[in-house]
Amino acid sequence: MTALKLLHPLIALAAAPLLPGVINRTKALFAGRTGQPVLQLYYDLWKLLRKGAVYSRSTTWIFRLGPMIGISVALLALTILPFGGLPAAIRFEGDLILFAYLFGLARFFTIVMALDTGSSFEGMGAAREATFSTLCEPALLIGLAAITKYTGSVSLSQMFSSLRFSDWGQAGPAFILVGSALLIVFLTENSRMPIDDPNTHLELTMIHEVMILDHSGPDLALILYAAALKLWLLGTLLIGIVVPVHSGHPALDVLIAVLCMALLAVLVGIIESSMARIRLLHVPALLIGATTLSVLALVLTAR
Amino acid sequence: MQTSHFISLYNGQSVDVKQIPIVPIPAFRDTILEAVASGKRIASLFAAPAGPDRFSLYGILADDPSGILSVSSCEVSESFPSLTPDCAQAHLFEREIAEQWAIQPLGHPWLKPIRFHPCYRDGQDAWNRKKEEAIAPCVVDFFRVNGEEIHEVAVGPVHAGIIEPGHFRFQCHGETVLHLEIALGYQHRGAERALVAGPNKKTLPIMQTLAGDTTIGHTLAYCHLMESLSGVTAPLRAQSLRGMALELERLANHTGDLGALAGDIGYLPTASFCGRIRGDFLNLTALLCGNRFGRGLVCPGGVGFDINSGITERLAQRLAQLKKDVEVATALLWNTPSVLARFEDTGAISPQTCQDLGLVGIAARACGMEMDCRFTFPSGIYSFAQIPVSSWPTGDVFARAYVRWLEIQKSIAFLQDQIAMCPQGPVRTDSNTPRPNHFCVSLVEGWRGEICHVGITDSEGSLLHYKITDPSFHNWMGLAMALRNQQISDFPLCNKSFNLSYCGHDL
Repeated sequence: MTALKLLHPLIALAAAPLLPGVINRTKALFAGRTGQPVLQLYYDLWKLLRKGAVYSRSTTWIFRLGPMIGISVALLALTILPFGGLPAAIRFEGDLILFAYLFGLARFFTIVMALDTGSSFEGMGAAREATFSTLCEPALLIGLAAITKYTGSVSLSQMFSSLRFSDWGQAGPAFILVGSALLIVFLTENSRMPIDDPNTHLELTMIHEVMILDHSGPDLALILYAAALKLWLLGTLLIGIVVPVHSGHPALDVLIAVLCMALLAVLVGIIESSMARIRLLHVPALLIGATTLSVLALVLTAR
Repeated sequence: MQTSHFISLYNGQSVDVKQIPIVPIPAFRDTILEAVASGKRIASLFAAPAGPDRFSLYGILADDPSGILSVSSCEVSESFPSLTPDCAQAHLFEREIAEQWAIQPLGHPWLKPIRFHPCYRDGQDAWNRKKEEAIAPCVVDFFRVNGEEIHEVAVGPVHAGIIEPGHFRFQCHGETVLHLEIALGYQHRGAERALVAGPNKKTLPIMQTLAGDTTIGHTLAYCHLMESLSGVTAPLRAQSLRGMALELERLANHTGDLGALAGDIGYLPTASFCGRIRGDFLNLTALLCGNRFGRGLVCPGGVGFDINSGITERLAQRLAQLKKDVEVATALLWNTPSVLARFEDTGAISPQTCQDLGLVGIAARACGMEMDCRFTFPSGIYSFAQIPVSSWPTGDVFARAYVRWLEIQKSIAFLQDQIAMCPQGPVRTDSNTPRPNHFCVSLVEGWRGEICHVGITDSEGSLLHYKITDPSFHNWMGLAMALRNQQISDFPLCNKSFNLSYCGHDL
């Protein structure tokens, strides 16, 4: 049983860097290019880990601590999140609140480490990140509250295991609303289009990317790896709620969940290939819209 | 505006220097101010040496509706009353005059160097800097907005993309830009000074690289000028080939810009397609002369390469295919709501601001101005084959993008006409030595806008002075104004919509 509990963290650690690869290949397909290898992020991580890091004289220990906090938080979150029928390593009442705020902790350190550099670019990025994640938080929490209300459980493990496809028949609209809200949260938190453009080289338009401009070598590797894990984690949360597969065969469940993750990555690629990034000024409106969806879902499930 | 105060010239008409009226400084000032008030533009304003410690100040005024250039001059030695307080168009020109010749425009509100080079006159300096003092580019005071909540953002000169160096200083309140000041000069190579005493072997290569993406435009302006000064005319076939090259240059850059605009807002389909199509247009230029940027194609007296029927056929075929491709790629832009949401109302310039600053080219036509040297000041093949002016009234990023699209369509139509009925005959005539003591203004509509070259010959027919005004020189200020009260995150998009040249400005 212990081995089974550790299976999800292990799968995630091994497979998370594939997600950006799939997204990039999808985008390349739309653009008529071959694109970078699916395993590109693995190569990048390996390359960065062997490099030295450059530290600006104006930075302090906070700058170096940030990447470590980021990766630790991602590892911790992996232990409380069940995946495709696999149980979570740790479960307790209210662990979904911990899940949500673990990212808050990581974000806090990302912001202070960006401010630590004293760069005006990173300061602007930090301000944007703080603003947008503040608006993301209610969408995520209220959305989870709606599901909690429906399943009657405040633990991620219980919530996931009690959801069935038949619930779509009973509370379909609520699931659609929560799913949409969580998709927007997923895109925002992972700094994907249309909120942020992970491919841009223009510092003035960046949100997340600009905050890590000064990191290099192993620090950057940790940040990129943590970002891939975050993609995996929030993707798992979204899939766990929207596609509650319980076939009875644990191996089949895992396979379907992995397939869903790949499809989610393809979906992200399609979204990024088919629309322009929205104006930064309009991002709050989108996030407030997501919150509204979550509130409506809560109203529906709380009836 | 008294007629005795200026001489009227056509584009590319050369006259004896003595025919240009020399008027007293106040009359010169009034002539320019009245002309600008009546809707003319300052195409160029510069000082040329006229004897020991004496200079002639030349003002070239362009009147778009009539296609007539008015030239006036006055003599100055140490200073003259600045035009800038009454005419914003003169702003950069007067800073340039001060920097080059240490002539003070008295009362100039923002007198700073623009290219950070030592004065052309030994031992003189408008800012009393010591001769041995090294001049660091852009190390000057910038306009600052005070207040606790104001923050300053400095961008460049080293940028994240592969672009030229330039320094941008933003005064921001949160995400809103209150003021942007642009400082350039990093690319200064001393091109204008290197042309003096020419033409020689170096002249043409310098012209071809004044702005790397406008090789044909600048070379064409130079060749028109030289041909006029030396009294030769390029054969009709050469003029047609020159026109094709100029339009291909426009097509490549406009297509590339539309792709880059899409890239800046993360809209992948157009960004990817246009990037490829731009390369294909460049390859068509290579088909004409073997070089993708048209280096070596245009030369005084004609063109360096003729094309045979095989090349003409391939040109026509590939152009027909590219026409379809570019239509598909750009149609995506105009039909995608998320793209229009980013383009519309971003970085808008009012027609008034456009006129005040004397903007030219796409930026001006995107403010509804009907100006295009190919139509209003035609020269070469454009005297025979007219291209209608494409404009759009809104002045925003959308307008600058859409004007490009309108021009792409008209350029392709023009090219198809020229390919179909390119005149037969030689492509080059023997060049002649320029006439002594002559003056000529040559305007060419490069893809960015109006390129103005002015040449003055000495008593032996060599160049006494050569003045180049790239469209970027007029338009950088337009970018700064477009950013006022915009989101700082929209700067890259606005910047790309102007896509100005750094080295064309820095020379």
